[in-house]
Amino acid sequence: MTTGGWTIMVLSVGFVTVLLAWCLYKVFTHSATEVHAPPQIDPHDREK
Amino acid sequence: MNQGGGAARQSWGTRIGVIFAVMGSAVGLGNFLRFPGKAAQYEGGAFMIPYFIALLVLGIPLAWAEWAMGRYGGIRGHNSTPGIYRTIWKRAAAPYFGVLGMIVPVIIYMYYVFIESWCLAYAWYTATGQLALGNDATKYKSFFDGFVGKDADGFLVIGGGGVSPAVIALAICFVVNFALIYRGISKGIEKFCLFAMPLLILCAIIVLVRVLTLAPYEGRSVLDGLGYMWNPHTQTGGSFWKSLANGQMWLEATGQIFFSLSVGFGIIITYSSYLKRNDDVALSALTSNAGNEFCEVALGGLITIPAAFVFLGIAGVAGQGTFDLGFVVLPQVFQVMPMGQFVGSLFFFLLFLAAVTSSLSMLQPAIALLEDGLGVGRKASVAMLGFITLIGSLFVVYFSKNLTALDTMDFWIGTFCIFVLATFQTILFGWVLGIDKGMEEINRGGNIRIPRLVGYVLKYVAPVYLGAIFVTWLYQEINRPAEKGNYFKSLADSPVAALTVAFIGIVALLFIFLIARSVQRWKQIEQREEEVRI
Repeated sequence: MTTGGWTIMVLSVGFVTVLLAWCLYKVFTHSATEVHAPPQIDPHDREK
Repeated sequence: MNQGGGAARQSWGTRIGVIFAVMGSAVGLGNFLRFPGKAAQYEGGAFMIPYFIALLVLGIPLAWAEWAMGRYGGIRGHNSTPGIYRTIWKRAAAPYFGVLGMIVPVIIYMYYVFIESWCLAYAWYTATGQLALGNDATKYKSFFDGFVGKDADGFLVIGGGGVSPAVIALAICFVVNFALIYRGISKGIEKFCLFAMPLLILCAIIVLVRVLTLAPYEGRSVLDGLGYMWNPHTQTGGSFWKSLANGQMWLEATGQIFFSLSVGFGIIITYSSYLKRNDDVALSALTSNAGNEFCEVALGGLITIPAAFVFLGIAGVAGQGTFDLGFVVLPQVFQVMPMGQFVGSLFFFLLFLAAVTSSLSMLQPAIALLEDGLGVGRKASVAMLGFITLIGSLFVVYFSKNLTALDTMDFWIGTFCIFVLATFQTILFGWVLGIDKGMEEINRGGNIRIPRLVGYVLKYVAPVYLGAIFVTWLYQEINRPAEKGNYFKSLADSPVAALTVAFIGIVALLFIFLIARSVQRWKQIEQREEEVRI
């Protein structure tokens, strides 16, 4: 395996692995700490 | 406004569920067989440059657009592509473009479920030792040809005395798919993908560890195999920059990204229509794409070709098509590999899981039209779609000689129509919905902010890029010699190819009729709502 092959393999595999890890980190941290803004909270009292 | 009839509108249960479902739809045989084959064939590692450019410029932006348009239509009461297109583009013709969003997934399902059944059967054959055919490559080839009925039309149905194993495996796959789709979005698709995707990745990691720890075989090590896959300029020779000048490689790399991410299939737009108004699409779309890329590059790219190279060398690997690599070369590799019986059955099982999560997603767009457009209940819509797809799959199984029906469907629907549908959706997003509204849709409720530049890419760069690739591909296909498989000429030369295209036409007409009835019903509902308002 040449230096070029190593470089491309490490960069390619590294890029997709880091991207997935970052995305999953963002997904799980946002889900846990998500705070709903007032317009998103439906009090179900519009008809009253 | 829910135009789907009396039933309550379905939605995803969890955010990770929809991400895994879209990821499952994208991850298929192409990740583990087609991608490594193409990368090794076209300039090795140099292939990754156009591959990643296409991912960033075309793949991910198109996925964002499709997710956003789906949610846009969903919160306005539509889950089917005709309904979603109608909410975005207020023209009478708009819903009829949705016929592509129907026939693409439905017809791909008809042949894809047959391929899925090969994976299931090969997992069984490998686990039970029935694929231990020695070192003669021709035995594996003739086993595969006999199994899929390549020798004669009707061979699998009437040729072998009794029901063929391929038909039994196909029946099992049909039951699995329709049982899951019947359970609905959250209880069926989501629950299955939440279990199947981690299991698929776990299976792939076990196979990967086995491949990377292989001892040298006849002087060839794993590093040699990785070198064959990743070293640049394997084909044209010379420098890395000379490799990058290979135009065919750019075409193939873009095509691989395009087909791998499942954009332009009508699936993502349907799945995302079940999201709620402020559910995130920006990060979810990126995560599902990242998951697909991880399976393709980090798992598929390190398993298939290196393993085959170690045991069979260049002669056994070079120039193999996707099916031959998966069902002729790899079974031979697993017979020679230490622990090959276990690893081989695990590999085919992971291919089966990847195929199920994909085929499952192909059924939902048509189910959505029957429910959303015609107000048909789940049980009836599943039964109707089951009947239509069964006829199509039996058509593929019957006309199995040289897999002509399967190849013809794959060309006209799995390639040609996908290009057309993706181009239409790109124009719909960039030029009809518009950059302002479109980017607002992508970013609303988003956990990450997508820059406005993406909107310009979707409006100007993506249609031109897609158009250029499509025209180049079309030119090559039209001018391809007949003996190398010219699908335009085969319409005149092969009765089965012509019959297959006629069958596609009949399915398209059926969906045009269903869309017309749906439009009629939507207009009646809108009229009633207008009267109530007055």
